[in-house]
Amino acid sequence: MTTRTITVISAGIGQPSSTRLLADRLAEATTARLTDRGLQVDLEVVELRDHARSLANTLLTGFATGPLGEVVERVGASDGLVAVTPVFSASYSGLFKMFFDVLDPDLLAGTPVLAGATGGTARHSLALEHAVRPLFSYLRSVVVPTAVYAAPEDWAGGGADTALAERIGRAAEELATLVAAREPGSTDRRDGFEQPTPFEDLLFGDQR
Amino acid sequence: MQFGIFSVGDVTPDPTNGTTPTEAERIRAMVRIALKAEEVGLDVFATGEHHNPPFVPSSPTTMLGYVAARTERLILSTATTLITTNDPVKIAEDFAMLQHLADGRVDLMLGRGNTGPVYPWFGQDIRQGIPLAIENYHLLHRLWREDVVDWEGRFRTPLQSFTSTPRPLDGVPPFVWHGSIRSPEIAEQAAYYGDGFFANNIFWPKDHFARLIELYRTRFEHYGHGSADQAIVGLGGQVFLRRNSQDAVREFRPYFDNAPVYGHGPSLEEFTEQTPLTVGSPQEAIDRTLRFREYFGDYQRQLFLVDHAGLPLKTVLEQLDLLGEEVIPVLRREFESLRPAHVPTAPTHESLRAGGSRGGTTSEEGTA
Repeated sequence: MTTRTITVISAGIGQPSSTRLLADRLAEATTARLTDRGLQVDLEVVELRDHARSLANTLLTGFATGPLGEVVERVGASDGLVAVTPVFSASYSGLFKMFFDVLDPDLLAGTPVLAGATGGTARHSLALEHAVRPLFSYLRSVVVPTAVYAAPEDWAGGGADTALAERIGRAAEELATLVAAREPGSTDRRDGFEQPTPFEDLLFGDQR
Repeated sequence: MQFGIFSVGDVTPDPTNGTTPTEAERIRAMVRIALKAEEVGLDVFATGEHHNPPFVPSSPTTMLGYVAARTERLILSTATTLITTNDPVKIAEDFAMLQHLADGRVDLMLGRGNTGPVYPWFGQDIRQGIPLAIENYHLLHRLWREDVVDWEGRFRTPLQSFTSTPRPLDGVPPFVWHGSIRSPEIAEQAAYYGDGFFANNIFWPKDHFARLIELYRTRFEHYGHGSADQAIVGLGGQVFLRRNSQDAVREFRPYFDNAPVYGHGPSLEEFTEQTPLTVGSPQEAIDRTLRFREYFGDYQRQLFLVDHAGLPLKTVLEQLDLLGEEVIPVLRREFESLRPAHVPTAPTHESLRAGGSRGGTTSEEGTA
């Protein structure tokens, strides 16, 4: 199997948004590095904005249907995730959090994740470390060491040797390394439907 | 095929006029609804069990005992009896007593309960929900089948030389359904014992339940109780009926929009499309319900939710008239004509006493 599935989650509000811009750069850099390794990439970018109402409904009803349900399914089957949020009030945006709130807590267990964020000032950059990274730690994802934050001034630098471009390259390299090393479609999740726990184990499991 | 209704027992303000029934009014309404269910020819009335406001039915066998005395054919059941926080010894006693008083017209549906504080209020821990359901039911199962039980487990004080009284009527324990909305462990449990499995699919899309039921059916066969299509499946449903579809939608919309469970979320149209909720004419309810069989296979019990979200008693009774006169007779006929001969009907006290661990295969069995 030479194909890897990468899903990009962008929680930008505007259209176009700088969050989407960063998400696209990270996706492009990751794809290039996987291609360099001889792998094909099945890439899809998801704008959470398109699912805003469905997300609110899902929080109330407990089930994701339609296009949002398809996104959830794809995310669960992905070999790697790029997740980018604007920083609102010193943390990830509510829309970003809603998406991860509707996932089964173990859906992303073991999945490599590249986290990115955008904001109106560089002073918010540590939101990636104090808010976004712990979120994925809770979900038992493997977050790459380099998280990428883009402030307004980062979009002004020229060429491929800017600090932002360098960070994007480093983060993409880290994600590509983890994704390439994983068996495609592998997961740390246990599917209770595919592999039900035999009843005797449920009943006497603690006595064996 | 058995048809019935299940009630949550919520006390909810009527959003169209702001009036809220008292607990006394709601309890009397539940009883009236149960009696009406028998009058219009339904087979089953099932009450929920809750231990927090705004719900009234904390003591299901008390209510069902009263209903038993005023009915003749109706099967009295629960949706659900909390197997996690009730003492299984008390469940064994209460339902055996009810069985005697109701001449066997009793079964029950076990569930875990998802209200966090109820667990500590009853001395338990919600994180142990599955192990509690597994162990408590194992004890309940034995208490109804063994005259003298010695027992020791993790969650309850041990028993030495204990006999649960009264013994089940005619030596036949009440049939048990296991209800679950998401746990494969409960489907496995139901399959292991050869008990029924009830998928309360009223809030969730069908794909999820198709998977849960498929697991139950596969494991039912695995444990040697019969073929997968002979497993005993029950389904929830939710209807609001008027002769004219537009009238149903117009009348139900404020109740839907403000319903405690899903109100202020998806639109009525979205929810109708995604879940089994049917708001429309009797014919629409018939068509929709018949389709359940296509997704889930031949099944044995269909329960409808009709009395929640602040609907007035008068409206609920009208719903039951429409169900009883126009929907259920057609469904009964259609389901029966579609059911293969080797697929059993739902077990009843009579069919279990007659010796089958399963229900009989005659068309009249289990129907009123």
